[in-house]
Amino acid sequence: MDPMALVTPAIGLMFWTCVVFVLLLVLLKKFAWKPILNAVDERNESIENALKSAENAKVEMQALNADNERILAEARLERDALLKEAREIKGNIINEAKEQANVEADKILTSAKEQISTEKMKAITELKNTVAELSIDMATMVIKSELKDADKQKKLVTEALKEAELN
Amino acid sequence: MLKTTLKATIVLLLLLITSATIQAENHPTEVNSDELYNPVPAIMHHISDAHEWHLWGEGEGSVTIPLPVILYTEGNLDIFMSSDFNHGHLAVVKGNRVYSIDSHSNITESSGLKPLDLSITKNVASMLLALVVLLILFVGAGFKSKKNKGSPNGLLSFIEPLVLFVRDDIIKPNVGTNYKKFLPYLLTLFFFILINNLLGLLPGSANVTGNIAITLVLSFITLLVTNFSANKSYWGHIFNPPGVPLALMPIMIPIEIVGIFTKPFALMIRLFANISAGHIIILSLISLIFMAQSGLGNGGAFGVAPVSVIFVLFMYLIEVLVAFLQAYIFTLLTSLFIGLATVEKH
Repeated sequence: MDPMALVTPAIGLMFWTCVVFVLLLVLLKKFAWKPILNAVDERNESIENALKSAENAKVEMQALNADNERILAEARLERDALLKEAREIKGNIINEAKEQANVEADKILTSAKEQISTEKMKAITELKNTVAELSIDMATMVIKSELKDADKQKKLVTEALKEAELN
Repeated sequence: MLKTTLKATIVLLLLLITSATIQAENHPTEVNSDELYNPVPAIMHHISDAHEWHLWGEGEGSVTIPLPVILYTEGNLDIFMSSDFNHGHLAVVKGNRVYSIDSHSNITESSGLKPLDLSITKNVASMLLALVVLLILFVGAGFKSKKNKGSPNGLLSFIEPLVLFVRDDIIKPNVGTNYKKFLPYLLTLFFFILINNLLGLLPGSANVTGNIAITLVLSFITLLVTNFSANKSYWGHIFNPPGVPLALMPIMIPIEIVGIFTKPFALMIRLFANISAGHIIILSLISLIFMAQSGLGNGGAFGVAPVSVIFVLFMYLIEVLVAFLQAYIFTLLTSLFIGLATVEKH
């Protein structure tokens, strides 16, 4: 056979190749490439979105954690402050109480002292009165006994008159 | 490395076979029963197109699938089955037109009219088969991807990585930013070549991508797509090559214009030669058995057969690689040409 036949293109075959290729191009474009590549692109997009949202969630979680830690630290600080304040207040209260107790005790003491001194004065006055009465009584008794006899009364009057003359 | 070796082998074999064919043509009357078996007619028959799909057997006992013959002669459309020729023994009469077919599948009209042969030949039939296979595979995958929204499964899990490989590793890096416009064409191109290459490897199948008419059409489409999508900078490089002195313009501009055509021409030859050569090598290696038989008798045939089979197996595996490689290269270079034609000023 003619060796050139191998490199001589046949018209019919060229025609059919065009037909088949164009048909394939149209059909595959519509029914294969578009749906397959669209599905792939959509999937890629959804994967990317999922990754992005996961990353966002991670960042948010970190922010939340940081927030939590900050809040905890604040709470701890507040607690410490509160405790400190409470301790101070406690000390103050105790001190105040002590002072007040001292004052009260002083007051009680002074009033007691006053009372004691009043009572004492009262007692002394009473004692004085009693002693005076007793001494009057005694003097009365003495006088009574002394003035039983008239001599003695005369003598006493004279003596008293003497004294009065002297004055 | 492998490719260069392969190509060198292919070129050598092509040369050998061509010279052998010429020798055979030069001595057509020399019939000698002691002569070595001549594998060239059988090989040529296998890699050539035909009007019937020959499966096995010789002459009257051969098993063939008849294919429709479509002829357009002087305004008349004649359609009949290739079996009407009865392996070339009979002429087919349609109205006043008498058609006959020679042993190389050339149809002639006896009164000298030139029929336009639009027959569904073996290659066309194989191409239609490839069309069906492609539609089943990819339209099936397309419907599946429309339906399921999760991760791909079944057929889609096989098709999708292939499509993505072609898109992300061949088309995207070579075409550049506006690759989306060319995706359908380039994907169709890749899978059309691939499926035809692979179908061509099946025993008894046609040599579709090893036919110059088919590679011519494919590379012509590349030529059209490249030049119709080309921008100002591309044409500027051709008609006003930058940095070239005015005196050299009469030389440079024709070279650049020729360059427009050499690129797709190389594509055409590359695919045709690679696929044809692969078929020729395999057929030649098988023919070695018959040559040994004709020269050394049955013993020789049995001696050569194991070696031949091992080599054929090896070549077959390489051919599977080449089927992918050539589809890859064709698409890659087409993407590259489109990329070069559409790239903005650099």
